[in-house]
Amino acid sequence: MIKEILKILENDARITPQKIATMTGKPAAEVSKIIKKAEKDGTILKYKTIVNWEKAGNEQVSALIEVRVTPQRDVGFDSLAERIYRFPEARSVYLLSGTYDLLVLVTAKTMQEAANFVTQKLALIEGVQGTTTHFLLKRYKEDGEILAGGEETKRQPVIL
Amino acid sequence: MPRKKPDITAKRVSQIAPSGIRRFFDLVASMEGVISLGVGEPDFPTPWHIREAAIYSVEKGHTMYTSNLGMPELRRELSKYLKDEYKLDYDPNTELLITVGVSEGVDLATRAILDPGDEVIMANPSYVSYSSCVVLAGGKAVMIPTYERSKFELKADDIEKRITDKTKAILIGYPANPTGAVMSRDKLARIAEVARHHRLMIISDEIYSSLVYGVEHTCVATLPNMKENTVLLGGFSKAYAMTGWRIGYAAGNKDIIGAMFKIHQYTIMCAPTMGQVAAIEALKSGDDSVSEMVSDYNRRRRFMVKGLNKIGLRCFEPRGAFYAFPSIKATGLSSEEFAEKLLMEEKVAVVPGSAFGECGEGYIRCCYATSLADIEEALTRMGRFVKRCKGR
Repeated sequence: MIKEILKILENDARITPQKIATMTGKPAAEVSKIIKKAEKDGTILKYKTIVNWEKAGNEQVSALIEVRVTPQRDVGFDSLAERIYRFPEARSVYLLSGTYDLLVLVTAKTMQEAANFVTQKLALIEGVQGTTTHFLLKRYKEDGEILAGGEETKRQPVIL
Repeated sequence: MPRKKPDITAKRVSQIAPSGIRRFFDLVASMEGVISLGVGEPDFPTPWHIREAAIYSVEKGHTMYTSNLGMPELRRELSKYLKDEYKLDYDPNTELLITVGVSEGVDLATRAILDPGDEVIMANPSYVSYSSCVVLAGGKAVMIPTYERSKFELKADDIEKRITDKTKAILIGYPANPTGAVMSRDKLARIAEVARHHRLMIISDEIYSSLVYGVEHTCVATLPNMKENTVLLGGFSKAYAMTGWRIGYAAGNKDIIGAMFKIHQYTIMCAPTMGQVAAIEALKSGDDSVSEMVSDYNRRRRFMVKGLNKIGLRCFEPRGAFYAFPSIKATGLSSEEFAEKLLMEEKVAVVPGSAFGECGEGYIRCCYATSLADIEEALTRMGRFVKRCKGR
């Protein structure tokens, strides 16, 4: 039940509990209760909007930074990851398997600003062995949404 | 003396009533800004993995005819699917035929079975092609009225009363277009019993078999001894959002499939190659996308049915396909008047129930395979319209 509600909300965060109730066939009060609980226990982290910033005329630079680190005794990667994710410039931080350890998505106003973050903040953290910065050139799809507008399905208006 | 100019069209073609709804269709097509609940297909495009497989095959140059029966691999996959889904064994070489949608399947089955004057029993209302195909095959469509109060189910007793020496087959289609009705296993079993007793074939259009909500679909061929006596028609259009690919299939005993095959090989040759490739991919890995679509439809279904009831259009709960079939009798309009006025006044397109037979009069078909936002807006407009009608 909760999964179905979350799925509906993930697709449209602005939908009302009443509508969800109709769609799932459950009483609205129950739906509201489930949502409240999910908000409280952190299952729902936040409601936000996927924005195509380029379209809004807002130039923004994004970079994906591969970070190789030395894991620390007792805390492994977590404490180092925390040192990194506390920077507001780091939009997303993931621990990965493979040839490097952490992947950090950085957004900044200019390329210089992003580079400064890497060279003056990230690379200097103790335990960080090295970084590789990939500047993002073009976004095709964001969180499941195709930025170019996706597909237009054209149907006949009436079909028996 | 020059002979009198003969009628250019054959009698059996002129016998078919011209689709009275054509004028309404043209009207819809000529208008801008219409929200259409009048469609009969999914609003999702075909899942990408299916499209991608077809594109790849075209790039590789797989653009030739296939076997008349359909690609061997597709028939093997289909045989496997029917085994997994229904525990039915169909020999891919003699008991399966790939058709151009279920539409061709209905045409082939009726032509293969009927001699002039033979009768086929079917529900009213039902999908538009059933009776026309019977007539084109030289047969006679015998209509059994079905009603909202009995959830538009076909009853075995009613069928039995209409059986004559001429009756050859019963043509059913559940989950149903236009009503969204589903038949329970029990009730279908009783119909199957009647069919067996009177040695009738059942032609079963099960194109909507995957689209059921909270109930189980019963495949007619799974009922006791019915595999031999059923022409099972299915396809990929609705479950995999593949309407434009035009791929369906017929499954049945080798005599009937053999007879249908004879017609198919001379009239169609083979179903489109690209569509068949796409269908193979759909069968091989389509299950997840199907169940996701079904839950999505189910949400919209609840929304639509509740909304219709709320605006005063009483609607029985459809458990299958993607149609709601509300009664519009409270407005005092005929279904055609309702559809036309609604279109002109509020720019919402629905299909008059009368298009599906006289028992559809007093109802409209509303398809909920459209975005939630459109359903919502359509319901608002329809609510305004109904209110005005009742006040008139």
